[in-house]
Amino acid sequence: MTSVLEIDKLTVSFSTPDGAVEAVTDVSLSVEAGECLGLVGESGSGKSQTFMAAMGLLADNATANGHIRLDSMDLLSASEKKLNTVRGERIAMIFQDPMTSLTPHMKIGRQLAEVLIEHQGVDKETGRRRSREMLDRVHIPEAERRLDMYPHELSGGLRQRVMIAMALMCEPEVIIADEPTTALDVTVQAQILDLLTEVKDDLGAAIVLITHDLGVVAGLADRVAVMYAGRIVEQGTVADIFAAPTHPYTQGLLACTPRLDVETEALVTIAGQPPNLQNLPSGCSFHPRCPHVFDRCKAERPSLENLSNGQAKACFRAAQEAAE
Amino acid sequence: MSDAPIRDSRPGANLSVPNAAALDKAADVEGRSLWQDAFRRLQANRAAMISAIVLIVMAFVCFVGPVLVPWSYEEIDWDILEATPPNFDTGHYLGTDSLGRDLLARILQGGQVSFLVGILATSVALVIGVTVGATAGFMGGRVDQVLMRFVDVMYAVPLMFFIIILMVVFGRNFYLMFLAIGFVEWLTMSRIVRGQTLTLKNKEFIEAARASGGSTASIIARHIIPNVLGVVIVYVTLTIPQVILLESFLSFLGLGVQPPMTSWGALIAEGAQEMEITPRTLILPAVCLSTTLFCFNFLGDGLRDALDPKDR
Repeated sequence: MTSVLEIDKLTVSFSTPDGAVEAVTDVSLSVEAGECLGLVGESGSGKSQTFMAAMGLLADNATANGHIRLDSMDLLSASEKKLNTVRGERIAMIFQDPMTSLTPHMKIGRQLAEVLIEHQGVDKETGRRRSREMLDRVHIPEAERRLDMYPHELSGGLRQRVMIAMALMCEPEVIIADEPTTALDVTVQAQILDLLTEVKDDLGAAIVLITHDLGVVAGLADRVAVMYAGRIVEQGTVADIFAAPTHPYTQGLLACTPRLDVETEALVTIAGQPPNLQNLPSGCSFHPRCPHVFDRCKAERPSLENLSNGQAKACFRAAQEAAE
Repeated sequence: MSDAPIRDSRPGANLSVPNAAALDKAADVEGRSLWQDAFRRLQANRAAMISAIVLIVMAFVCFVGPVLVPWSYEEIDWDILEATPPNFDTGHYLGTDSLGRDLLARILQGGQVSFLVGILATSVALVIGVTVGATAGFMGGRVDQVLMRFVDVMYAVPLMFFIIILMVVFGRNFYLMFLAIGFVEWLTMSRIVRGQTLTLKNKEFIEAARASGGSTASIIARHIIPNVLGVVIVYVTLTIPQVILLESFLSFLGLGVQPPMTSWGALIAEGAQEMEITPRTLILPAVCLSTTLFCFNFLGDGLRDALDPKDR
């Protein structure tokens, strides 16, 4: 299969009063049609910024280098005007907080129809009809009545469904879901994940799922990329990563996930703090927190290397063990 | 994408989808706009509705009334030539002023000028102020700098100096005065709108709008301006009385409307000189002016509540 969205050596840096901060360093990723890529990492690991760059939504003080290609079009170098023809139409985003991501003064039906009016120039009636169909499609009960409601009249779960409906309006090829379930309670989370699975199977769209919740990734994603301090440290299929994580950070993350079937006294954590991006440790960024650290980790930075099974990781440990 | 709707195997998940006939029928129902909604909510606010009705009646009487009054506002009754109390035989229903002109006709004419000034000058201020403020706030950077420094410069130019120069260059013109006042009043409006826009533009829904491909102009028009409207409306209702007072001040200095034409402000100034002899000439226009200002304030308050969809 060919990849729909391809990120090639992306680096995003922010110029701050304290100097430049690199939030994303040398990240390469690709997503295929009908596939769901999970992007996992702690807060500040650069997972959101990677795709903010793809949407052209970086803050004013940010610069992005590298390439982000949607088919043959380079999104990073595209003008704002050209981006606007793509955003919403071919690549859509579902935001983290449904409470604040809908314009408060505009009715649901109007907000949904607006996307179609902007991109496909349909008239208001068609826009309204298709908005209602889309609300039905994301299983919002009484769609007709909801069209005339304001966002604050809906519950969080319903609003997230509306956000998903809005992202789906133009049947995009790529859907970026930036922590779509973080602001919702657990029962609603499950429903939203079901919905996203349906969408993926039905539309054949590529979904990028940005999250720090490994459970969400396990449920929905086909492939996973783990980010730490702006770099991808491990990448592979969900089955491989969850069954046999090779990078100590991934192992740590998985160990932290509370399990119901194992009796534990205390919750496991990864020792130490996520690094300050302005002052990254030498060598491997993870070495101060790594239980398997040895001298080479402090001096040299491991690059992301492909393993035989299609997995990739950035760690010296395997090579070291082989040498011993 | 296939047209078949997604089937959900969970029990009851598809129950709520109405049948096709019901959907077709429901599709005919026209959605209410923000304004229709706001109007419905305004109707529920009794004080605002009464104020609106009083204002409409007053405006109607001011503009239509003079046709029915036997005397015109500039006509001097040569049989009287002094301030007299109301007299139905001579047709001076509210008496005359110190020159023998019919007071009722003059109050009605003054009302026309005050209403026109209040509404036209405020509209000028509203259009320029909101456009400049929203653009400066949303675009930021150099556009913001240029526009706001221009506002700073305009603030620094003394109002009177500016208006006198306009009058000298373009001649004394009734409508020019509206423009001149509007050009001065838009400054504060643009500042207020810019401040509101700055807080709005980092909200997630603006980012979401950009992510779905909205152009800058459509984001300003559809997402920024409607959201600052609540604040703007309140400021407008504060501006209208301010403008009406400013006009009477200008008239007093001889820069506004010229006799025999008059406005409520000018009438009050005239009446104040004779308040010991004929308090009527002061009280009547003053009551009209304060009632109007009062009603505008109530209406503005009601509009603010009505335009906030969360207040339903």
